[in-house]
Parts: sequence; structure tokens; C-alpha cells
Amino acid sequence: MIRSGFWAMGGYARFVWPSIGFALAILAWNIWSARRHHARALLRVRRAIQMARSEES
Amino acid sequence: MWTWFHRLASPPHLYRTAAAWAPWLAFAAVILIGYGLVDGLVFAPPDYQQGDAFRIIYVHAPSAWLSLFGYTLMAVAGAVALIWRIKVGYAVAAAAAPIGASFTLSALVTGSLWGRPMWGTYWAWDPRLTSELILLFLYFGVISLRKAFEDPNRGDRASALLGIVGVVNVPIVHFSVYWWNSLHQGGTVMRLGKPEMPGSMLWPLLAMLAGFMCFFGAVLCVRVRAEILSRERQSTWVREVVAA
Repeated sequence: MIRSGFWAMGGYARFVWPSIGFALAILAWNIWSARRHHARALLRVRRAIQMARSEES
Repeated sequence: MWTWFHRLASPPHLYRTAAAWAPWLAFAAVILIGYGLVDGLVFAPPDYQQGDAFRIIYVHAPSAWLSLFGYTLMAVAGAVALIWRIKVGYAVAAAAAPIGASFTLSALVTGSLWGRPMWGTYWAWDPRLTSELILLFLYFGVISLRKAFEDPNRGDRASALLGIVGVVNVPIVHFSVYWWNSLHQGGTVMRLGKPEMPGSMLWPLLAMLAGFMCFFGAVLCVRVRAEILSRERQSTWVREVVAA
């Protein structure tokens, strides 16, 4: 049960919610960025393996 | 202790350790941040002076803490790499830099949003705020310097050196509120070993601090794995791991 006036945050809603939102956006960016970084690194290794195989054959 | 340290310095070992730790840290982060947000935003009572605006602390304090922790970790990893020529130190430093920079930005933005209703301004050239801004620029400097060299080894060494020199700013950020007159409040969680907050406000804050630490650890594991893959892509073990 959410307390009454929860969304209003005692009149500080325009400061509290953007702060929470920004911090959560930073967490989301970190997840996205780390996963993209890892996926790119994997792709680079796979390309290097493919190139090595094509050179062998 | 030294055996563990030497094993961790091996890229394949660190790669596998990071893979094993990441899901557990991510799971702990979801639980702790979820609990901290619900308890801090819904159940904790409003502050007697700041009202509900104080709830910004639940994202501001963990962000600020990680901004300092991230920089210290980056500097220590860089020093380990420079002194003992342990290459994974550069990988850890490179992985920690963007995460720490993002949390520094978060600390500055959330602090600014907290400052407006409490101090009447979004920004003041206050010692704590200014030193935190310098920390962000140091992060940008370290990240840029690594990419500025054609030779990645030189980039690693130069950025590690800047990281070590810049670590002097970390105690300045932390103690600025005690050394100079500051708008910013002093230590909140612990002061002379005694919490400044009642338990109903403190527990969600501790959960958020632990949750953000676990989150940092999980993201660091993923980034370290990516760095190791990039740096060791010519190694046989990487090719075997990726091909498997």
C-alpha cells in the first residue's frame, strides 16, 4: 500500500523523481554499454578466427 | 594470499572468475537495490528538516561513494600494472574508468537536484562540488589518454600514470567538507563510529550502498572480460574459449 502523497513527495517531486530516474538511467546505460563492449570484443575475436582459418585454407 | 594474487593476474583465470562472479553480483544488486528503493522511497519517514527531498540520498550517496571507489580501484589497478608489469591491471583500470565516470556524473546531477531545494541553487563553487567535478574531468582525461596513442601499451601506461597522480583528489573530495567551509553536509552514515540516522532511514541506505557496489562489481566483471578478450585475442586460449 503506497502512502498518500507518495508521488508528490511532499512538494519535492520535481527534484526527487528526476534524481531517481537519472540514477536508474545511469545503471541502465552501464548494463547496455558493458554488454555492447563484450559483444564487440567477441565479434572481433570471431573475425580473427575466421581470418586465420581462411588464410590456412 | 600471494598465490591467489598471482592466479588472479593470469588473464584466463581472471576471465573465468569474472564470468562466475557476474551473475551472482547482478542477482544481489537487483535484490538490494529493489529493497533499498522500496524501503527508502515508500516506508522511510520524511526528514524533520528536509522533508521528502532527503530521499535523493538513496541514489546520491551510493553514486558519490562509487565515484571515489571506482577511481581508487582504477588507480590501484594501474599501479599494480605499472609496478609489477601485470597486464590484467591495465584491463581492470580500463574497465573501471567508464563505470566510475558514469557514477561521478550521477553524483553531480543528483546532488545538483538535491541542492536546488536545500541551498536555493543547482550549483555552487563549493569545495565538495568542485573537487567532485575535477574527479569527473580526471576520469575523462584517463579515458581519453588511453585512446590518444596509436600504441595501446603506451596508452595504457600513460593513463595509469595519470590515474595514479589524480588519486590525490580522492581524499580531497572526501575530506573537503571538514577541511573547508562547505554548503555540503558532513558524513551522514557514520560519524565517530555512530550512525547519524535512525534505523528506518539507515537500513535502506546501507542496502542501496551494498546494491550499488554489487552492481559495480557485476558490470566490472563484464567489462573486464571484454577487455581481456580484446587484449588477448591472438592467444590460443581466447580462440578456444570463443570457438567452444
